Amino acid sequence: MYYPTTHPWSGDQSLGEHLNERGVSRRDFLEFCGSMCAVLGLSKSMLPSLAAQLEAIKRPSVIWLQLQECTGCVESVLRTAEPTIGDLVLDLVSLDYQHTLMAGAGQAAEKALSDAMAANKGKYVLVVTGSVPLNENGIFLTIGGRTGREILEEAARDAAAVVGVGACAHFGSVQAARPNPTGAVGIRSIITDKPVVILAGCPPIGDVVTATLVHFLTFGRLPQMDSEGRPLFAYGKRIHDQCTRRAHFDAGQYVEVFDDEAARKGWCLYKVGCKGPATFSPCPIFQWNTRTSWPIGAGHPCIGCTEPFFWDTMTPFYGRLPNVAGFGIESKVDVIGAGLAIGATAGVLAHAAATSVYQLRRRRKDEAVAAAAAATGGTTPSERTKED
Amino acid sequence: MAATRVVVDPITRIEGHLRIEAQQDNGRITNAWSTATQFRGIEIIMTGRDPRDAWAFTQRICGVCTVVHAVASCRAVEDALGIRIPPNANLIRNLIHGMQFVQDHVIHFYHLHALDWVDVTSALKADPAATARLAASLSPWPNNSATWFAEVQNRVAKFVASGQLGIFTNGYWGHPAYKLPPEANLMAVAHYLEALDWQRDVIRLHTIFGGKNPHPNFLVGGMASAINLEGTATINAERLTDIRDMITRAQRFVEQVYWPDLQAIASFYKEWAGIGGGVRNYLACGEFPEGNIDELDKMYLPRGIIMDRDLSTVVPYDPSKVAEFITSSWYEYAQGDDAGLHPYEGETKPKYAGPPTPWTYLQQEKKYSWLKSPRYDGKPMEVGPLARMLVAYASGHEEARAVIGDALGRLKVGPAALFSTLGRTAARGAETVLLARRMNTWYDSLVNRIKSGDTQTFTSDKWEPETWPATAQGYGFLDAPRGALGHWVQIADGKISRYQCVVPSTWNAGPRDATGQVGPYEAALTDNHPLVDPQRPIEILRTIHSFDPCIACGVHVLDAEGRTVTEVKVL
Repeated sequence: MYYPTTHPWSGDQSLGEHLNERGVSRRDFLEFCGSMCAVLGLSKSMLPSLAAQLEAIKRPSVIWLQLQECTGCVESVLRTAEPTIGDLVLDLVSLDYQHTLMAGAGQAAEKALSDAMAANKGKYVLVVTGSVPLNENGIFLTIGGRTGREILEEAARDAAAVVGVGACAHFGSVQAARPNPTGAVGIRSIITDKPVVILAGCPPIGDVVTATLVHFLTFGRLPQMDSEGRPLFAYGKRIHDQCTRRAHFDAGQYVEVFDDEAARKGWCLYKVGCKGPATFSPCPIFQWNTRTSWPIGAGHPCIGCTEPFFWDTMTPFYGRLPNVAGFGIESKVDVIGAGLAIGATAGVLAHAAATSVYQLRRRRKDEAVAAAAAATGGTTPSERTKED
Repeated sequence: MAATRVVVDPITRIEGHLRIEAQQDNGRITNAWSTATQFRGIEIIMTGRDPRDAWAFTQRICGVCTVVHAVASCRAVEDALGIRIPPNANLIRNLIHGMQFVQDHVIHFYHLHALDWVDVTSALKADPAATARLAASLSPWPNNSATWFAEVQNRVAKFVASGQLGIFTNGYWGHPAYKLPPEANLMAVAHYLEALDWQRDVIRLHTIFGGKNPHPNFLVGGMASAINLEGTATINAERLTDIRDMITRAQRFVEQVYWPDLQAIASFYKEWAGIGGGVRNYLACGEFPEGNIDELDKMYLPRGIIMDRDLSTVVPYDPSKVAEFITSSWYEYAQGDDAGLHPYEGETKPKYAGPPTPWTYLQQEKKYSWLKSPRYDGKPMEVGPLARMLVAYASGHEEARAVIGDALGRLKVGPAALFSTLGRTAARGAETVLLARRMNTWYDSLVNRIKSGDTQTFTSDKWEPETWPATAQGYGFLDAPRGALGHWVQIADGKISRYQCVVPSTWNAGPRDATGQVGPYEAALTDNHPLVDPQRPIEILRTIHSFDPCIACGVHVLDAEGRTVTEVKVL
């Protein structure tokens, strides 16, 4: 089935009117709100409030900056789609500046940016994909002849909310992996005077972006976040604790090598490197591409892409987690499994503890590359973590 | 009259960060400069890592052509370690890469390129019934009803009336370069919207085999998605049925919407078959192995080179003749800025030498881009769909000749029309038709192999580093949606000692070389090229978009240490 997105939402309509005109019944709408309640972790008693506020809103301005990045996060948002109504959630906004899709170029594009910022001062939502290179005065990224840092600082100043989408905006992602030749940092290193929500992942699931915007537009604030800025409704639990293959972990049924009999039975991928036990992510629940599958579901171990500096902390990707993390002997697996199976709130602390173990190993690694980092003027992941 | 200096920065509706500067004189472009304005340094980051992880790192070079670097990386490591992947894994990779091509090319046409040719506001003046008649004359696509077009038009009218134009703000609407009648504009706008939904749907093939899109997972030695018809978490009949269905819908949309639309729109812009040709040389490295990777005669799209637009001869491609120049790039070489280095001997030290930001003009600068200038045997080469289709056409590829010949006949032009902005866009469509059809063959082969009892997707014998030689090196080639891509990897003591990529948008978007030869973008922009209004540079966008730029791919950097390698292995 196709679900054509042919219904731009005019400014004089409320969402309720718009949906009605589109042939979406109130019952469908309330069902959608119910599922959004579930996604956002709200109780059902919140449903009337969510529905009323969603129906009343107009299209707020969204300004989307693409900095040092690969455009994968934009593509991920393009894949966002729940039947009939999910595509509308993208129409919740007036996307006033977005390089990949916008019609104008050059001066026309930059004018669209300055006009949108002026007309919606203090009210627009700033979405950022990509990192900010700081080495050599930021010359490794310019747009319209200006550095990424300058553009980001200007756009963030009058934003009502800032949403960092993807691992690059989170911590610099692959270009920040050691030795970080361009000095790439996440946007929270630049925007320090207001809360920034981070939708982690390389890329994040598009539906997480949608749900976060719904949250902000409905409740007038960003969702609760963990220490990484990740909203709890999506990143509150480990993959391991929600994994469809968890029963095999508990039963000691592991894939030993790819495409073995265990792989063909869909057993646990821990021994071929799965980072699910150390990764907070909505992948098992939200799944990918209209809930078609997810990495572990398709037989590949999780690479931990929602975690900070995963290019250095989670590699080698096919190394077993205890070995990688320095936990040592394999008999600890069960201990780790048990230790990780705790409540969501305490989980953040447990996770921080796990991360500190990584950092021990990271520091050892970093010693080896310290000279290279110094030579390029880049900072090591450990140094940045300390700053954070 | 002095030439007018023109700057277009950012070039939008592309991947990455690109700046074009030009000089305009009497409505023509007389000179052009192509500047990549982002640098990330991923190859430097590869050093010291596990070669089995390399696909994931290099995949992040680009999230649009999100499989091409991953597959090229796997092939490079497999070449280095002597790994031969199982036929099933090759077929799965072909299906993934095939769907990448088809989905990416359709997105490019409707969402990145169409607004150069389609005036959204003109669609408001269309007669929906006449639009339906126009569409019916082109295609049996069942959505092409007057009711549907009226609904789209009504929505566009309300959208425009709202004053919140979103991504359509400050488009070049009403520019005299727009030539389509209102009905063709309305048809294209309707299909723009349908394609948004279609792309999201068919790309799920990546999710089934790779777990997600963008950035699906790959595996050195094969694929991680095990096949077991009795399994609940494996490739089984349910998953295969979904894939079959996606291929069918991909092919139907390409044949009934994209390809007819492209040809219909092209018929209103035939003058663009004489504009924007640029460099006269074309390179294709070959793609879609239907045997082992080293059986070059079993590539579905053939390897070869066309020199000086001579379609009577296909020159063999020799990877040892690739060299990169930095004369106009913000790097330095130990041997001096005019040297050209083969990738195996390459070196990169970024060294910015431009003016401080904010920039006004770069065109007076000796160095002006983060891209290098790749050359083949000293010559600039265009890569991409046009190069592949020219090589296929000249090689006597029957299906390519049929599809291209059909389109040329319909437009009443000869093969020389292909050497142009319009030819580049048309070649992309022709290639999409071929690949959408060919996916059926790969799917059938996969199913037949499963039927015969072969479910192997991975070769484990060279997985463990203990089985590797102390040193090894390999070349992974792949012809990606935007053109010929090469990854070169060197491995020492189980770790990557050097990693290099030479990628499509570096070939196409690179700056001037040591002898002053311009790159393909720059050459195309000065090849009989109009620019009527420097404030509204729609003509520049047409030609640049016809290449489908992917600048994050184009900007790469080699091993920082620049070691010389004596043993050069050529496939």
